[in-house]
Amino acid sequence: MYPTPPRPGDIVNPLRSTSIKLTKVSLLAGLTLTVTNFCASLAQADEQNFPLQSYRVGAYAAGGTGFFGGFIDYMNLINIRDGGVNGVKLTWEEGETQYEVERGVEVYERLKTVPGIAAWNPLSVGIAYAMIDRITQDKVPLITVNHGRTDSTDGRVFPYVFPLLLNPYSETSGIIKFIGSKLGGIDNLKGKRIVVLYHGSPYGKETIPIYELLAQKYGFTVQQIEVPHPGNEQQSQWLTIRQAKPDYVVLRGWGVMNPVALKTAQKVGFPSDHIIGNVWSNSEEDVIPAGNAAKGYIAITTQASGSQYPVLQEIIKTVYGAGKGNLQDKSRIGSVYHNLGIVNGILNVEAVRIAQEKFGHRTLTGDEVRWGFEHLRLDPDRVAALGAKDLFHSINVTWDNHEGDGLVTFQQWDGTKWKVVSDWIAPDWALLRPIIEKSSTAYAAEHNIKLRTAAEAEEVTNSVASK
Amino acid sequence: MSTIATKIWTTPRLRAWLAALALLIVAYGLVPYFGTTYLLEAILTPFLALSLAAVGLNLLTGYAGQLSLGTAAFMATGAFAAYNFNLRIHGLPLTVSLLLAGACAAAIGILFGLPSLRLRGFYLAVSTLAAQFFVQWVLTKFGWFSNNNPSGVIDAPPLSLFGFSFEGPLGRYLFTLTVVVILTAVAQRIVSTQTGHDFIAIRDNELAARVIGIPVLRTKLLAFGLSSFIVGVAGVLWAFAYLRTVEPAGFNLDRSFQIVFIIIIGGLASIRGAFFGAALIVVFPVILSCLGSWLFGGLFDSGILDMSQRIILGLLIIIFLIVEPNGLVALWDRLSQSLSSITASKRNHP
Repeated sequence: MYPTPPRPGDIVNPLRSTSIKLTKVSLLAGLTLTVTNFCASLAQADEQNFPLQSYRVGAYAAGGTGFFGGFIDYMNLINIRDGGVNGVKLTWEEGETQYEVERGVEVYERLKTVPGIAAWNPLSVGIAYAMIDRITQDKVPLITVNHGRTDSTDGRVFPYVFPLLLNPYSETSGIIKFIGSKLGGIDNLKGKRIVVLYHGSPYGKETIPIYELLAQKYGFTVQQIEVPHPGNEQQSQWLTIRQAKPDYVVLRGWGVMNPVALKTAQKVGFPSDHIIGNVWSNSEEDVIPAGNAAKGYIAITTQASGSQYPVLQEIIKTVYGAGKGNLQDKSRIGSVYHNLGIVNGILNVEAVRIAQEKFGHRTLTGDEVRWGFEHLRLDPDRVAALGAKDLFHSINVTWDNHEGDGLVTFQQWDGTKWKVVSDWIAPDWALLRPIIEKSSTAYAAEHNIKLRTAAEAEEVTNSVASK
Repeated sequence: MSTIATKIWTTPRLRAWLAALALLIVAYGLVPYFGTTYLLEAILTPFLALSLAAVGLNLLTGYAGQLSLGTAAFMATGAFAAYNFNLRIHGLPLTVSLLLAGACAAAIGILFGLPSLRLRGFYLAVSTLAAQFFVQWVLTKFGWFSNNNPSGVIDAPPLSLFGFSFEGPLGRYLFTLTVVVILTAVAQRIVSTQTGHDFIAIRDNELAARVIGIPVLRTKLLAFGLSSFIVGVAGVLWAFAYLRTVEPAGFNLDRSFQIVFIIIIGGLASIRGAFFGAALIVVFPVILSCLGSWLFGGLFDSGILDMSQRIILGLLIIIFLIVEPNGLVALWDRLSQSLSSITASKRNHP
């Protein structure tokens, strides 16, 4: 079966075998180099690219398919209905990350050589953190809608990172304001007890200091209870909650933790309409598995759900009508993540449009798109003109406020769909800004970053970052 | 002249040295010039970091026979230790933080290796599993380790050594390569000394080893210490040179298992095996995924492509293990030996 090994005294020509080894190694190296060169694709002229580090499989696939589906649907709408943004077609490429940080980094490295990249939209805190240094060097914006590093709101320190619409601190303020409104006034928070049930991860812990701050300001007591990832088992946490007898529980969850929290709450007898979920606990995928334990559960959102809005109707008619719809399951059109993807699409496309008015109707560089984002002002009239009236409220991004003062609303699950139960609420930005600035200036000091000025923010470098 | 050359070529040890030299020339000389940023950043740097971790684990599991499922915890210890030393002691050179980080990881490794004095095999694996969960929990729970950063995710400091900045894909690649080359040489040296033979003796028959006078207790702890030192430095490389960010979730159980699979596929008790295994498990899926999206990108969902790549990789692993249960390294040796004997027989029978 095996060839006879050389006997002692045989002259084995080692040169041949070593050179074969070296040839094999160099062939392998050559193959690897060729393949990796193929990993960069070419774009035609007048195209604007959006690389997508999507996650369509894995534990968070429901959110990923919804969000990236909505984003792609909106870009398809712009391409089909309008022929692109002023003639510049939108393109995108997806790389699967399964929500893992190193895969997100690998997809970033793979896709960043595509010319004409407008912005990165990873929808993942871990991947966003790993990319901050890289995209700052590349001078391409990183959009972390409704999440992200809170201190990246300070555009003086983070010129290329945009936690659009809502950062974690604003979300906290919005929730407390809503609870205050349910109690008949924010002053009625005094003496009340709130428990925050948070996911055991950096994302979950991010808002602990803000709850402390607001508790001191309004006179309520706050208790933070951790649920270790992934949160399949929460019996002990909810028994603690039952003993504490809080007035409200804030659910700062992710993934499977959310339906398990609602079901366990029902088991211990905590009323579901006193559970307020945060932005990542507010989707159909979070409540449907909980069955009727989720009825009455309220969650914060920056975009309303439902498919009655004009832009949704157009997407259904134009994009799904042409068979180019991204969602496999059409009943998910208008779901929370799908609408978040559409709103994200609107924000990205409008930033490109605004930048094009200044720089020309052509493929823009990353820095030009950054300028566009920093001038992304959509008031309610413009939002209505885009077909998104009541879908989201408005946004007002400036060079030093990368969040954009997004307003929030609250929706309640009635067993089959979400119903909006509050007006648009404005978080207390003035209170939060000094804390954000303290953290961002500390980061700038640590990393030797000079604070940007308004004048510098207006300057745009036209050179595309090298490979 | 040709007889001297032939003499040099015939001696396996010199041949091995020459092959290693050739590889170093390719790695230091050719790759930086011809390699794309993608190759350097996304393929070679993680490959080198994980190979080093696998070298460390191989010392412990392959040579000394102590099964460990806590490799990622030691990597995390190294990464966080290096971050904290760098942060809290100003002006500390990077090499010193690396060494101190490795020492911390070694200390934790020895601590969790103490049960090995009483436990064997599967039961020892469970105690190292405890290390995995415990270290991950400690790093998440106590904000001190991540400098009380509210989100618990820390940014890696810039890499600079003796005034040279190792920023940028090429710099980070060269830094990783140098550290890996040095530590691999150290590991190779260890296994060819008496210590290495002691490890193998303990693996093969602990009672016999004890009988012939090998200090089993000390040797096992030494194995844990040395292995965890190397794994800790690999963790620093993974976090500082590749990801540029450190969070405890990145050093979870999946990572520990990944490194165990690397050494099993690559070949237990061989330094080269770590590199072969890492190449298969780290590099190959990336190449497959690139090829897949290039060939079929528009046709299939990226999620479907991803899942099919996992199927292909799994099939390949099964095939390799059936063809050669001793790992890729044994397969490679068999192939090159059969090639050299074919050429020898061709010369002898013209």
